[in-house]
Amino acid sequence: MRARNRRLLLVGGGLLSLILAAALILSAFEENLVFFFTPSEVHAREVPMDRTFRIGGLVEAGSVQRDQTSTDVFFRVTDTLETIDVRYSGILPDLFREGQGVVAEGRLTEEGLFVASRVLARHDETYMPVEAAEALQRAHEAGRQGQPAATAY
Amino acid sequence: MEQDGRIRWLKFSSPRHFYHLVDRVIPWAWWVAGIALVVGLTIGFLIAPADYQQGNSYRIMFIHVPAAWMSMFIYLLIAGYAFIHLVWRVKMADVMAISLAPTGAIFAFLSLWTGALWGRPTWGAYWVWDARLTSSLLLLLLYLGYMALHAAIPDRQRAGRAASLVALVGVVNVPIIYFSVHWWNTLHQGASITLTAAPTMAGTMFAALVAMTVACWAYTIAVVLTRAQAETLERERGALWAAQLADPPHTRQEADKEHV
Repeated sequence: MRARNRRLLLVGGGLLSLILAAALILSAFEENLVFFFTPSEVHAREVPMDRTFRIGGLVEAGSVQRDQTSTDVFFRVTDTLETIDVRYSGILPDLFREGQGVVAEGRLTEEGLFVASRVLARHDETYMPVEAAEALQRAHEAGRQGQPAATAY
Repeated sequence: MEQDGRIRWLKFSSPRHFYHLVDRVIPWAWWVAGIALVVGLTIGFLIAPADYQQGNSYRIMFIHVPAAWMSMFIYLLIAGYAFIHLVWRVKMADVMAISLAPTGAIFAFLSLWTGALWGRPTWGAYWVWDARLTSSLLLLLLYLGYMALHAAIPDRQRAGRAASLVALVGVVNVPIIYFSVHWWNTLHQGASITLTAAPTMAGTMFAALVAMTVACWAYTIAVVLTRAQAETLERERGALWAAQLADPPHTRQEADKEHV
């Protein structure tokens, strides 16, 4: 009985200290664990300015401008508080859309323009049929002064 | 010594009782798995509508999400059995843990593979090193490491203890996988289905996901228990009941009759 209790204490205690160690390590490395920075963080200069990093947010509605003679595209990434101008040259993923999530990898110039070398679309956790999305859109447009449309189907 | 009601639970930690109890569970598990799979695939591919953003590619989630859930949950089970094995030295706990591992590894691999196939059309990349994906890859490696260590030590008892320790150390990774999308910015989206809020997906999509999850669960129960039976027989090969089971007298007679 005593040996069994000692093992329980040892294994349980070991597990607890392991969890504590993992929590400490993860909180210490937090900055390296984020996949992207938000525009607010970029404006607050909480990002590595001298090297490549990623920004993430929503493609601001109405901000996408495509160059007619090349694959250059300009758009703004917003987290609804701050925005960043982004220039990208290349093929955009299919799900790149205004109002949808996006992650861009690149560098920030002195003028505050983010020159992206890679653009990824970011999907949110909402899944719904096309008809439901259209109905939501109609409800949203018809009843802007009325009650807000449901966000989840 | 302990003749109260609790002791009867330990009956199922005896290899022989375990073997016979499990024998009755396995066929049911296969039936449930088969039916749920047919229902899930039918709803998922024929009834559930296309997604408003992703079109049809979202249907990968009917495999991806249950596989990812199973890979995490099976690891928690292994860690639980490893703990029991280390502290109370219950032999059957190690049998269950090592029997769960290959299925967990398959689900971990499936979740990574289907995730990559979904990521290419959705994100524009098969793989990124974000916290969710990286910790999921680590989970697969932990499974492989656990199985490798268990197989590397010839003495079963020592192998079980060493591997159990590794399994316990790795369990720290499971909450990291699950909460990574909350704790850090990741490319992977957050959870659509949580215990605290309504699922953010259409009803038919949710139904397909539930059916596929049931199918994965039942499949896991069926294969893991079958594997555990084989493992039990192998470990108990010295015991009379196991010898009789492997070579029962009545089938020998029937086989002789057929020959004549």
